[in-house]
Amino acid sequence: MSERRLTIAIMDAPYESANSTTAFRIIAAALKKGVHVNVFAYEGAVSLAVKDQAPHANPVKGTSVEEEDHPTTKFFVSSLLELGRESPLLTWVNCGLCVDERGAGNAVEGVKRGGPGDFLKMALDSVNTLVIPTR
Amino acid sequence: MARYVFIESRDPFESNNVQFVVDTATELKHRGHQVTVFLIQNGALAVRRNARVAHLRRLAAAGVELLADDFSLRERGITTAEMSDGVRESNIEALVDLLIQDETKAIWH
Repeated sequence: MSERRLTIAIMDAPYESANSTTAFRIIAAALKKGVHVNVFAYEGAVSLAVKDQAPHANPVKGTSVEEEDHPTTKFFVSSLLELGRESPLLTWVNCGLCVDERGAGNAVEGVKRGGPGDFLKMALDSVNTLVIPTR
Repeated sequence: MARYVFIESRDPFESNNVQFVVDTATELKHRGHQVTVFLIQNGALAVRRNARVAHLRRLAAAGVELLADDFSLRERGITTAEMSDGVRESNIEALVDLLIQDETKAIWH
């Protein structure tokens, strides 16, 4: 199969919707198949990659931070960017205006800043574009 | 002829919006297109054979391909044996295969 590229737009903020988990699963599966992936994170989704996220203990279960081993979305984003470091390539663009609104500029390494124009270029350059909206 | 992939994430017991997918997918199928509905997240709740929802039967009767995400099924305690006829267990890799085909339109719902 010739080189393929898939674009995915996501909008949900972290820890709010199963949509984020599904988006991560689609991105990972595509990269493992050798498909290049573009991600355009819009609105609340720009916070998925915020570096300041910290795992927490679980007082209900009585577990410590280490025992809970709580996964943060920044960890998933970093892992995906590592998986898509070269070929296949994962390009992750956060909407700059959305970042500024939320003060969410401190993103993990590899995340770029852009705008809707970048999303258009991504879509034009891809075999398909999947938009995962909030409701 | 194009291929349409509807990714249905909504719980049919919570929202009547699933009718949008039924109507659109059925009409596209009647117009001669290839149509797949991929059930994911709470969309998978509809697949139990004993569920009192009719929309999957309508889609199957129209010839729409019905796939259900294995991860979503397991999360919700739904076994393959419980699934309605006409729905096949699938996975996220198969969804990616659908998405990277030429002339395929993906609609998240």
